[in-house]
Amino acid sequence: MRVADRWLAVVSPLGLLVLWEGLSRAGVLDPRFIASPSAIGRTLVALIRTGELPYHVGVSVERIVAGFLLGSIPAVALGLAMGLNRSVRALLMPLVAAIYPIPKIAVYPLIIFYLGIGEASKVSIVALSIFFLVLLNTMAGVLGLDRTYFNIARAYGARPVDLFTTIAWPGALPAIFTGLKLGMGFALIVIVGAELLGSDAGIGFLIWRSYQIFAIDVMFAGLLVTAVLGWLATIALDWLERRALPWRPN
Amino acid sequence: MLRAADQVGTGLAGIDVVGLSKVYPGLHGPFAAIQDVTFAVRDGEFAALIGPSGCGKTTLLHILAGLIDSTAGAVTMPRGHPGRLGTALVFQGTSTLPWMTALDNVAYGLRLMGVPLAERIARARGHLERVGLLAFADAYPHQLSEGMRQRVSIARALATDPAILLMDEPFADLDEQNRLLLQDELLRIWQEDRKTVLFVTHSLDEAIRLSDRVLVMSASPGRIKTEVPVPFGRPRDYQVIRRDPAYGALSARLWGELREEVLRAGRP
Repeated sequence: MRVADRWLAVVSPLGLLVLWEGLSRAGVLDPRFIASPSAIGRTLVALIRTGELPYHVGVSVERIVAGFLLGSIPAVALGLAMGLNRSVRALLMPLVAAIYPIPKIAVYPLIIFYLGIGEASKVSIVALSIFFLVLLNTMAGVLGLDRTYFNIARAYGARPVDLFTTIAWPGALPAIFTGLKLGMGFALIVIVGAELLGSDAGIGFLIWRSYQIFAIDVMFAGLLVTAVLGWLATIALDWLERRALPWRPN
Repeated sequence: MLRAADQVGTGLAGIDVVGLSKVYPGLHGPFAAIQDVTFAVRDGEFAALIGPSGCGKTTLLHILAGLIDSTAGAVTMPRGHPGRLGTALVFQGTSTLPWMTALDNVAYGLRLMGVPLAERIARARGHLERVGLLAFADAYPHQLSEGMRQRVSIARALATDPAILLMDEPFADLDEQNRLLLQDELLRIWQEDRKTVLFVTHSLDEAIRLSDRVLVMSASPGRIKTEVPVPFGRPRDYQVIRRDPAYGALSARLWGELREEVLRAGRP
């Protein structure tokens, strides 16, 4: 990115904040419904000082990370197998195609029914929501690979396990990262949604409780923190991607 | 010296192919890619294989490399030994693995063969040096030129010390100048250990320039139509041989053989 582009990228959010603050102070925005940025800032500082915000963020992040691992590891393994093997693909693709479009939050009541309202159900809903995204991207990554790569491996006597580890896995890794990045967005949506529905901790719970006690500034603080979490997660995944894929042209 | 044709079916040759056919089940009935292909390549001989597009040259190489099975016929070739591959194939076009460095690409065949790490790194470095790319050992393919990538593929094949080197139009994607450079390099390297080579190309000049003998394949279904010995000695200087009247005569003869096949292949 050019330096000018970086500055431009800061201008729009900053401009919005200034406008927002100005309208709040001028009395155009009713503080009972829309808290001013400065009020939200003060609330954020207070929430951090009391340790309330770090606690709720910690709970949500823990659920997301656990759900990510639980969902993406089997998704990558199965996606590679489906990409490599026509029979496995033919066997599983109808199931995947049928379950993939179901909004995962709609399955949440069922998950609560089976797993209760504890951590297991939260982690499971995150895992479920990213599983199909990562699976389909991984499979597409393998299928999109130039057939010559597999022929090179086989011409040098590769066994099936070698095809898996030296061709399919490294070759599909860019597509796997695409799946993980898409999945990160869905994971945030789903975990906040799940915490709204039935929880006693987490960012979603913080927002819901604030709504019930009409603490508008805390609600806004919760939304802001959710946005920042998503942004930080994207940065972390981008960093990981650059480290894992030094072979890709920029 | 034994003539290659006399070695067909004897098992003495470097490559001995008898009655080889490959039939694919097609949508409109079975389709024969190659039919009754018979030829031999002497041990230590550099043979070129030319033919019209789609005549089954690649199918033939892939059978020899063990990538696909033939429908009928027999192939006799030297087997591999521990640390040594029977055949190594250099592919056309994208033939380096983009996620491996040049060094790892060259060591890849050795890695699959189970050669211990220290030994395969040493062997791979030696072969990178032979193709003049030791300074680029840690570079990824996207940082190399097309010509450098093809050098890496050749080094990878040679690193496995194959009894037979199969090459599938390895220089087809290169520009003319780089192709001449790589042909020179290939000849120089080949001169060092004289491996048996079967080199598929669609360029008559390339075939004459590199090989001891040119096998001409017919239009689909491919079979060996004729074979033409190349009368130039070694080491060869392209500047000298292309001024030799025999060069023009050979080129004309090969084109005469090939022309009707190309026309036949172009017909619906």
